[in-house]
Amino acid sequence: MNRSHRTRALAVAAVVVAALVAAGCGSSSSGGGSSASAPGITKTQILIGSHQPLTGPAAPGYSEIAPAANAYFQYVNAHGGIYGRKIKYTYLDDGYDPSKTASVVRQLVLQDSVYAIFNGLGTPTHLAVVKYLNSSKVPDVFVASGCDCWATGYPQTFGWQLDYIREGKILGAYVKQHFAGKKIGFFYQNDEFGLDGIKGLGYEIPSSQVVSKQSYVPTNVNIGPAVAALKASGAQVVVSYSIPAFTALLKLAALKLGWNPTFVVSDVGADPITLAGLLEAFAKKGGATVQGNQLTQGIITDGYLPTLGDGSNSWIALFKKVHDTYDAKAPFDGNVLYGEAVGYTFVQAMLKAGKNPSRADLTKAISGGLPQGPSVAPYDYSATDHGGMMGAYMGVIKNGVIVQQGPVWTTDTTPAGAVTTFSGTQAPAPSSGMP
Amino acid sequence: MTLLRHLAAAIVAGALIWAASVQLNAFRDYQLAEIAVYVVAIAGLSVLIGLSGQISLGNGAFMAIGAYAAALLIIHLNWPVWAVFPASAAITAVAGGVVGIAAARLSGPYLAGATLLLAVALPSLALQWPSVFGGDQGLSITVTAPARLGATFPLTRWQAWVCSLAALITLVLLANLTRSRVGRNWRAIRDDPVAAALTGLNVGRLRVLAFVVSATCAGLAGAMLAFTTTLVSPGSFTLSLSIALLTGAVLGGLGTLAGAVWGALVVVLVPTYVTDVATSHGLSSGVAANIPIAAYGVVLVLVMVLFPNGIQGGLRRLAGPLIPANLTRFTEPDRHQPASKQAGGLTSPDRRRPVGEHQEEGTK
Repeated sequence: MNRSHRTRALAVAAVVVAALVAAGCGSSSSGGGSSASAPGITKTQILIGSHQPLTGPAAPGYSEIAPAANAYFQYVNAHGGIYGRKIKYTYLDDGYDPSKTASVVRQLVLQDSVYAIFNGLGTPTHLAVVKYLNSSKVPDVFVASGCDCWATGYPQTFGWQLDYIREGKILGAYVKQHFAGKKIGFFYQNDEFGLDGIKGLGYEIPSSQVVSKQSYVPTNVNIGPAVAALKASGAQVVVSYSIPAFTALLKLAALKLGWNPTFVVSDVGADPITLAGLLEAFAKKGGATVQGNQLTQGIITDGYLPTLGDGSNSWIALFKKVHDTYDAKAPFDGNVLYGEAVGYTFVQAMLKAGKNPSRADLTKAISGGLPQGPSVAPYDYSATDHGGMMGAYMGVIKNGVIVQQGPVWTTDTTPAGAVTTFSGTQAPAPSSGMP
Repeated sequence: MTLLRHLAAAIVAGALIWAASVQLNAFRDYQLAEIAVYVVAIAGLSVLIGLSGQISLGNGAFMAIGAYAAALLIIHLNWPVWAVFPASAAITAVAGGVVGIAAARLSGPYLAGATLLLAVALPSLALQWPSVFGGDQGLSITVTAPARLGATFPLTRWQAWVCSLAALITLVLLANLTRSRVGRNWRAIRDDPVAAALTGLNVGRLRVLAFVVSATCAGLAGAMLAFTTTLVSPGSFTLSLSIALLTGAVLGGLGTLAGAVWGALVVVLVPTYVTDVATSHGLSSGVAANIPIAAYGVVLVLVMVLFPNGIQGGLRRLAGPLIPANLTRFTEPDRHQPASKQAGGLTSPDRRRPVGEHQEEGTK
């Protein structure tokens, strides 16, 4: 017994150490020989990394973004790269779990020695690493999240897409203008995405017009009671901060009740291709057949990138060409457009950062402002503001594509800041396809 | 005396871990801390299932309680880590007791269902009171290495040290507990609750106690996770965490401490290693991302087919002639025939019956 106990404990210790040694052998730092101005930069390569939900609940749709960005990087690499260096983009799966994000980002920074973290996806996931990246002085650029939390307080971190507060204000201003005197209902996801959106809406829509606010949690698909309450409130317009699956459920639940209000839906939950597919799939499960594109007809939404259906737009033409060459297996939808556009912005920033950029050169370049590129509205990047896009246009879904209605609007994130028409015009995509 | 032996072994293990941590790169140190977190969580679950014969699919929720307790103590009271860990564990122990009182009346699939409910429902409480728990975004804490270690000292190594130390202390305490009268009583109620009750054991109380011990470990693991990742948010404590703990416990070998270490190694290292291999072989990201999940499944199937008693059981079987078989298990060696003869799980089915089968009579 005595000896066996000691041996037992020693066996445990041996197991631990053996495993550690094995783990240590598994990979030594592969940073490589560098004429480096910064970690991750060699004579021939710029290594960047990201955390993405490639599996798990957030994967459908969102898992298309990183391959699409990579497709654009491959296009850039084939056309001379960035001052001769090729971009290598390593994106690891975090399954949308913040603990895993913490782990894979440390792997990218500490072991793979990436130059920067690019387009890390998700608010709760990215919050798990934002302090770490800033204290390690790793550039953390163009976070794939509409939280306005990246705008201030983190010197290394930059947002990119239109944040939910600004988007809410623009949707709200449109509703106030076009549906004056009508009864408005809110339907929103009960987290930072929905709550920020509602906050922005509330800055614009008079509270006397709002007759009902109903929320849902993404884990519970039974939204029948919420929709019934919206109908009972007499709402004529429903503004929805929902992900695509819940936009589809909302539309179907209203249909079931024989209720047909005007829907105004956040950009996040209004991609017509995704929505039509979901509507058909859900209806089929319920034993009904619907025409997805018929049901999405008339949904009002907004967009901060050119509309996919606009084949004459030079940006859409460029990204379609890159998609067809490097990412043809994925559908050319909103997620792919997003990925390619944010990839383009990164290349803009790297070119501006200089021939042999340090890490600080990249953040300095972005803080100095970036040209608009594929975004329909300008960026607010400055030394004090790292938010990203400032505006969007309003649009209506017609025959499965979003058709722009009226001008691009810009605003800020404050309650009092006005929503104004953007007077500038978006430059066309360069014919080379390179910024 | 047993305590002294366990302590000596832990000190040896600690020295070896220290030596390893200095050699490893900063990311491997981080993984070392992660492994320590899972060792504690899986050991707690393994004791519950392997010794007391109860099952829990809710230990991920107990980890959430420990993690939130730790984050709140650090944010509002600025407690040092050596105080935060035991306090978080104690708070979770109370929660474990409450759940345990209900759980002791259930068994088998009913107990699994009830604890499953806990795993699903509890983390969403954070969304109900966002002002306290930070909602979806969670609570962020700041962790720094002590200044006297120097400015360039890697934080991950400090995290690895603290977590490894906590894990070793937990293992020593568990090793002693399971070898004590309490451990024997647990085995008695696991094998035959009616007979155990007839000998005067309080079956209900013992079951609650096992739940408390298991929850305490989970709470400590949660606090360690908060200390390691520096963020506590509901997304980290999904049902899949509870399932991963159960998988780790079963893979490693239920009811053994070494098994908990094996289980933790598999849970932490296999996904990273397989992703590295998959991406370095030029697989597309869509395929590479799913390979760890597939590999996890393959490992699980293989271990269950080849070593029904988990990795530890398998090793014992393979090394049967070399090492006395009673090493590294909680089960007393003198309960049955000479242990080396029944080291393979297939030959001692009575010890590893599926949880629940043998409890039916006792609870009706």
